[in-house]
Amino acid sequence: MGDLLRENTLYGNIYDWAIGIVGEDLAWLAYTVAVMAIILLVVNAFLAMGTLYTWAERRIIGRFQSRVGPNRVGPFGLLQAIADAVKLLFKEDIVPRAADRIVFNLAPIAMLAPSVMALAVIPFGQTSYLANLNIGLLYLIATSGIASLAVMMAGYASSNRYAMFGAMRAVAMLISYEIPLVMVLLAVALLAGSMSLVDVMTSQAIPFLLVTPLGAIIFFLAISAELNRSPFDITEAESELIAGYLTEYSGMKFGVFYLAEFANVLLAGAIFSTLFLGGWPWWTPLSHVWFLVKVMAFAFIAIWVRSTIPRFRIDQIMVIAWKVLFPLSLVNVAAIAIEVVAWPERTLPQLVIMGIINWGITAVATVAVTRAWRASNGLRVSPSARAVRLEVG
Amino acid sequence: MTLHTQPVVVNIGPHHPSTHGVFRMRLTFDGENIVDVEPVVGYLHRGTEKLAEERHYTQVITLTDRLDYVASMTNNEAYVLSCERLVGLEAPERGKYLRVIAAELQRIVSHLIGTGFFLQDLGAFATPLMYCMRERERILDLFEMLCGARITVSYMRIGGVFQDAPDEFWPALRKLLDELPRYIDELEGLITTNEIVLARTKGVSPVTPEQAINGSWTGPVLRSTGVDWDLRKAAPYDAYDKVAFDVVVGENGDNYDRYLVRIREIRESIRIVEQCVKQIEPGPVRATTAMLFKPPPGEAYVPVEAPKGELGFYLVSDGSIKPYRCHIRAPSFINLSLLREMMVGWKMSDAIVSLGSLDFNMGEVDR
Repeated sequence: MGDLLRENTLYGNIYDWAIGIVGEDLAWLAYTVAVMAIILLVVNAFLAMGTLYTWAERRIIGRFQSRVGPNRVGPFGLLQAIADAVKLLFKEDIVPRAADRIVFNLAPIAMLAPSVMALAVIPFGQTSYLANLNIGLLYLIATSGIASLAVMMAGYASSNRYAMFGAMRAVAMLISYEIPLVMVLLAVALLAGSMSLVDVMTSQAIPFLLVTPLGAIIFFLAISAELNRSPFDITEAESELIAGYLTEYSGMKFGVFYLAEFANVLLAGAIFSTLFLGGWPWWTPLSHVWFLVKVMAFAFIAIWVRSTIPRFRIDQIMVIAWKVLFPLSLVNVAAIAIEVVAWPERTLPQLVIMGIINWGITAVATVAVTRAWRASNGLRVSPSARAVRLEVG
Repeated sequence: MTLHTQPVVVNIGPHHPSTHGVFRMRLTFDGENIVDVEPVVGYLHRGTEKLAEERHYTQVITLTDRLDYVASMTNNEAYVLSCERLVGLEAPERGKYLRVIAAELQRIVSHLIGTGFFLQDLGAFATPLMYCMRERERILDLFEMLCGARITVSYMRIGGVFQDAPDEFWPALRKLLDELPRYIDELEGLITTNEIVLARTKGVSPVTPEQAINGSWTGPVLRSTGVDWDLRKAAPYDAYDKVAFDVVVGENGDNYDRYLVRIREIRESIRIVEQCVKQIEPGPVRATTAMLFKPPPGEAYVPVEAPKGELGFYLVSDGSIKPYRCHIRAPSFINLSLLREMMVGWKMSDAIVSLGSLDFNMGEVDR
């Protein structure tokens, strides 16, 4: 037991300390204590970060919108999220009479659990990963797939037409965007020569963002859709579906959905910085801080996008998934597969050559896609309103 | 195996973030596509027309503020113009210019709000709305200088305006006129050529000029279809015959043109106010009249070009101090007449955006 966790220094220290007390005969007890300590630390830190992130998002969006944002509770409004959580806890927990009670109550758990589960394979810093799983990427895909089920559960069980609309949109969108996402992960696995996230990290002599920019762009778009973030936030489009699949949720169940959504942004940031930003460099003792900075940079861009651009329509979102991102991800995988065969050692100069080729592909693909998009939509940027001079009378 | 499917009816409203108040639509969906629309109005009915029959002519002015509450000035203007026709009165020149300045500033406010909420309906997370609100605040500050109120202004009186603009009004207006074009540029830079806005609104819910005329559309929504009809030109009132401005028309009558016509009209409004500031001369702002009017029996209807379209008060006098009948031609309500033509066949998201592009106001729809 515990072999997977052996590389984690914190686990190792706690385990050794516990073994010293209970002795080798009760190794299972030491294992349990150490694992529980790790779970307590990671899950709580993650959810606390998610809570803090809701504050950051509201403040930053406030700045974008030339208003102040929450600043009343605590210094700079830092305790706003806690105040909100307390308020939600005291709210009446309403379950619609026509709702499917069991599914309705399970949905928030099914929403939050996979994002916590995904943490198991994320390397937060040097020797700070729970499991160096050799199928880490596959595990990530498997856990993130559960979230769409939770959305469907919530929408179906609410017995509300807005919720059902949201759930249907969510399932269509999440499944569509899963495919380019997986294709990008495949390309990254090819590039790194491993599916373990720790290996992906260590193989990045230069960040993969520079080696495979197309993959990073596709990943960012697809993960935005998976997170239900603008411009893909059709599942809870507040101007259309009020709150989409969580229309009927109130009290802490709503809070859990809310928290899961924001925590997922951080998780996506962690995955993005692991796969494309080189995670933490080996040379710095502050590897955790460095990792956190990258996650925050991703989160800031996500907030920026959310506060800036309007939302796509469902058919346009499908077009982007199947006609744009899917072919592009195929091109990406093919290009990287050929490059990996051509330069199998993947040393620094070889990665630089790959990067140059991939930047070229990205530029061509971006221009081509933009042209095709404009042509297919019949878009002219030239404004169509004109002023006419009329005589008085 | 054949699956049995049936259309689903969804109530959009009366409590819905995008119905701009308490408008209600019963939308019948086939999947995401709309097959039928049934608008239901009346949730905000306050009986303004009946209330007007129970008040003196002057007292009705405060009721008009509460019709289209983002364009109170033009409501006042439409009402007092009809009253003046009934009484046989005319405002002095300075009063007329002040009315035009106030009405055009109000048009800017209304168009800013319309644009902001239109983009909110598009899903732009309140950012453009906040930008629009920021500029609106500055104009409301000017209204506060004029009459002490920001929303329910009641600035106009039968025979002129309530009072002359205070001294601090003119530099503040000058500053606004200098800065506003820059803000409109900023707003346009964010929106007009935005790929997503273009993809979402270009060619969506197009309305032909024939449809628009048959549906009695007026205002920016009519002009967006290419019909150059503007009451400020067709039947000039107040000082509109003394200022030069262009009528903005669109081409396709789609959601994008409806947005663009509004933005261009803001620029024209700035032009009009600039000219008014240059042309305005000192003098009385209000004709010396009695406070209580007793117009001769008869009727009057003077329509004005309100931000939403043709707004007019049809007043019938029986010779008493109260109007015998006050019918309000509310552009917001009449512009909703083409909902079915605009929405059927489009998706739910398009329907919401089309509704936003109409820029209607529930206070005026239900009266």
